[in-house]
Amino acid sequence: MNAAVGAMRKMAVGAAGESKSDPVAGMQPRIEVRKLNFFYGARQALFDVSLTVPINRVTALIGPSGCGKSTLLRTLNRMNETVKVSRLEGEILLDGEDIHDQDVTRLRRRVGMVFQRPNPFPKSIFDNIAYGLRINGYKGDLAEAVEKSLRRAALWEEVKDSLQKSAYALSGGQQQRLCIARALAVDPEVLLLDEPCSALDPISTAKIEELLFSLKDNCTMAIVTHNMQQAARSSDLTAFMLEGRLIEFQSTEQLFTTPTDPRTEAYITGRFG
Amino acid sequence: MATATTAGMSAGPKPSSRSFSARLIQGDQVAHVVTFLFAASVLLIVTLLLMILWTHSALPRAKFGLSFFTGRTWDPVAEDFGAAPFVYGTLVTSALALILGVPLGLGAAIFLAELAPPKISDSLTFVIELLAAVPSVIYGLLGIFVVVPFVRSVLGPVLIHTLGWMPLFKGPCYGVSFLAAGLVLAIMILPFIVSVSREVLLAVPTDQREAALALGSTRWESTWKVVVPYALTGIMGSVFLALARALGETMAVTMVVGNVTDIKASLLAPGYSIAAVIANEFTEATSDMYLQALIELGLVLFLVTFILNGLARLLILFTSRRGGTA
Amino acid sequence: MSGWAGRAHRQFRQALSNLMLSVTALCALLVVGVLFFILGYLMWNGGSSVDLNFFTKLPTPVGETGGGMANAIVGSLKLLFLASVVGIPIGVIGGIYMAEFSGKLSAFIVQYTADLLNGVPSIVIGIFAYTLIVLRMKHFSAIAGGFALGIMMIPITLRSTEEFLRSVPGSLREGAMALGASKWKTIVTVIVPAAYRGILTAILLSMARVAGETAPLLFTAFNNRYWSPGWNQPIASLPVVVYTYAISPYDDWHRQAWAAGLVLLGMVLLTNIIARGVLSRGTSAPR
Repeated sequence: MNAAVGAMRKMAVGAAGESKSDPVAGMQPRIEVRKLNFFYGARQALFDVSLTVPINRVTALIGPSGCGKSTLLRTLNRMNETVKVSRLEGEILLDGEDIHDQDVTRLRRRVGMVFQRPNPFPKSIFDNIAYGLRINGYKGDLAEAVEKSLRRAALWEEVKDSLQKSAYALSGGQQQRLCIARALAVDPEVLLLDEPCSALDPISTAKIEELLFSLKDNCTMAIVTHNMQQAARSSDLTAFMLEGRLIEFQSTEQLFTTPTDPRTEAYITGRFG
Repeated sequence: MATATTAGMSAGPKPSSRSFSARLIQGDQVAHVVTFLFAASVLLIVTLLLMILWTHSALPRAKFGLSFFTGRTWDPVAEDFGAAPFVYGTLVTSALALILGVPLGLGAAIFLAELAPPKISDSLTFVIELLAAVPSVIYGLLGIFVVVPFVRSVLGPVLIHTLGWMPLFKGPCYGVSFLAAGLVLAIMILPFIVSVSREVLLAVPTDQREAALALGSTRWESTWKVVVPYALTGIMGSVFLALARALGETMAVTMVVGNVTDIKASLLAPGYSIAAVIANEFTEATSDMYLQALIELGLVLFLVTFILNGLARLLILFTSRRGGTA
Repeated sequence: MSGWAGRAHRQFRQALSNLMLSVTALCALLVVGVLFFILGYLMWNGGSSVDLNFFTKLPTPVGETGGGMANAIVGSLKLLFLASVVGIPIGVIGGIYMAEFSGKLSAFIVQYTADLLNGVPSIVIGIFAYTLIVLRMKHFSAIAGGFALGIMMIPITLRSTEEFLRSVPGSLREGAMALGASKWKTIVTVIVPAAYRGILTAILLSMARVAGETAPLLFTAFNNRYWSPGWNQPIASLPVVVYTYAISPYDDWHRQAWAAGLVLLGMVLLTNIIARGVLSRGTSAPR
C-alpha cells in the first residue's frame, strides 16, 4: 500500500519536473509534519515545512546555525510550548494522530528528547532513570526497568555497582548516556536528539553514535546535528534546512553524494555554515 | 600601583625636596592607611562587642555556669537567674514563624520564579522586598491591635474548640501568646524567604525543567520534583537567614507575646523571649548581677545569630555548585 | 503500552498541577496583600490624627487634646544625624578601602565581619552602646542612641559602597591613571563620582533602616516628653514613642501611636522607594 503511494508520489513529482525520488518510499511513517509554519511572536521561524520521519530509522536534520532545525525538532514533542509567544500553523501527526489533540504529558512520554548538554537531575543515577517511570505511573518492577534502560544505553556495566551515587559523579559522556537511558526508560516510540554530542569529546561522541546505531532496530530517531560527518555516518535520511525552510530531504547517501539543490551542495562542501 | 612616569606630567605643583612621583606614591600610601583604618574599625567594633558581652556577663557565668540555661526561675530579688523560659519562648515562637512562614514564602517564591511573567514577577518582588523595610515596631503595632484580638476572639476559640484536647491548644486564651508572636514573626520573615528563594529558583538552569517536561512531567511535577530540589540548599539558606531574624526580633515579639516568664505547653499561653526580656528589664536592672544576667542573654543572642548567619551564607553560596544528593 | 497508569491518572496529575500552581499564586497574593493591609490599616487608623499639631506640638498630658510629636520627630532627625556621622564615613571610606586597596585576605575578613555585624540583633547593639557610653556618662543621651544606630549603618554602607565601586569599569580607572592621576586622586575624582548613585542609594537605605529601629534606643537614647537640647540628654524618637504609646492603656495614646506609626512607615517606605528608584536608573551594579 505504501509502496503504491510512494510510486504515485514519484510520478507526481516527476511530472512537476523535479527529479527527486521519494526518500521515504516503502517506509512506514512515524511522524508526519505537514505544511508547518512556526512563529516566535511576530517573527516566523519555519516556513511551510513538510517532512516524514519514518519508523525505526534515523533521520538527521542538518543546516547552518539559525536554520530552524532545533526549532523544528522541538515542535515534534511540543517543547516549543515552553516559550509563551510561540505559535504554530499546520499539522504534526504521530502515528496518524495530531499531536495537538493529545494530552501533552502523554505525547512526551511517547516522544522523548535528549538535549545538547547533559542535564541529569540532582538525584542518584537510579532516581534519574526512575523519575520518568515514577511520574508516569509505571506498574512494573522499577529496578528491572532501570537496568533495562541502562543496558540499552550501554551504561549498565559502568554504573551497576554505584546506582545510588549522584549522577554528577559521572563524566560528561556518561552523563549524556544517562540522559539517553533516562529518556529510554519511559519506552518512547520516538527519540529526538538535539545535537547530543556537541558538548562531548570525540571518544564519548563515538560511543554515543554506536549506541544510536544499536537502538535503531526498535526506536525511531530524529537527530539534529551540525556535524555533517556524524549525519553521514549515523543516519538513514537527511533533511537539509536553510533559513527556516526545508531545502532538501533525501536518503543520506543521495544527499551527500548527489544533492539536487545547489544550496545543499554548497553547505555540504563547506562553502558556508 | 601608581608608578607613574615623570613623562608629560605638568599637573601639580613644582616638586620640593622629593620628586613628584614619590609624593604621589606617598599620597597613595596615606590613602591606603587611612581607608584601612576605617575598614578595620569594623573589626574593632565587633571584637569590642564580643569582649564587652563576655566580660560584662562574668558574674552570672561564674555563679550559674550552664545551669543558667536550664533554670526555670528568673528571680531578680533572690538573684536567682534561670533563662529557660526565655530560651523556650524564643525557640517556640521562631519555630512557629518558620512553620507558618516557610510554606507561604516558598509558595510565593515558586509562583514568582516559575509562573509569573517577568514584569509581574519583578514588580511583585519589589513590593515584597519593601516588607523587609517595615520597622518592627510597626509590626508590633499591628500585632497588638490586629493579631492579638484576632487570636483572642477568633483563632484561639476555634483552636480550643477543635483541637483543645491537645496540650498545644489548651486555653485560656488572652490573645497575647506564643501563637500571636509566631504569627507576627512569620509575616516578618516572609520577605527573606521569598526574595532569596526566588533568586535561587530563577538560577536553576532551564534545561533541568526541560528535561523533566520532556519526560512527560506536568508543570507542577517539574517544579516540585526537579527545580525545587535543585535549589534546595539555597532555599535552606534563606530559612536560616529568616530564623536568624526571628530569633533576634525584639519589638514585635515583646508587644504581643505577653511577657510572662513561664514555660507552658500551650501555644495560646503567654510567654517571653530572650530579646523581649532584655528590652523590658534592662532599664530596671538594679544590681550588677541582674544587669549582667541580661547581658549574658545578649551574648547568647549574638552567638546564635552569628552561627546561623554563617551557615546561611555558606548554604546560599553552595547552590551555585550543584553537588547532588548522595 | 501496558504497565503504565492510564488516562485517569494523567488527568489527576494535570488537575493536581493546576491546583498547586493556583495555590502558589494565592501565596504570592497573600504575601503582597500583607503590605497593602499594613499600609491601609495604618492610614485608616492614623490618617485622621496626622494633623499640623502632630508635627508642631509637644505631647500633652493624657486626656488633653492638641498634643503632638514634634519632639519625637526632631529627635529622630537628630539621632539620624548622629548615626550618619558615625556610620557614613566608616562605611564609605571603609568601602573604598575594600574596593581599591584591600588584598584578598583582608577583604574576606572585613566582609565577613561586616556581615556578622549586620546580623547582630539590634538590641545587642543597644547593650554595646549602653556599656560604652551610658555607663560612662551615667545617663541616657542622644549620643548613645546615635552611636548605636550609626554602628548599624556601617555594614550596609560599607558592603554596598564596596560593590558599587568594584563595578566601576576598569577602563575608567585606567584612563585616569594614564593621564597621570595618582590612585587616591583617581578614586576621589573619577571612581567615587562614577559610583555615586549606588553609594547614595546605600546610604539612604541604611538611614531608612535605622530610622525605624526601636530596640537599641530603649536604653541608650531612652525617651523624653520634652525637647532635648544638645546631645547629652535622653531624647524622644518616633519608634520609641510608637512603642510606648501602643503598650499604654490610654485610647488617646493609641490613636497617636497609629499616627506616629503612619508617619514613620510612610517616611521609611518613601525613602526605600526613592532609593531603589535612584538605583534602577542606569547603575550597573550587582544587586
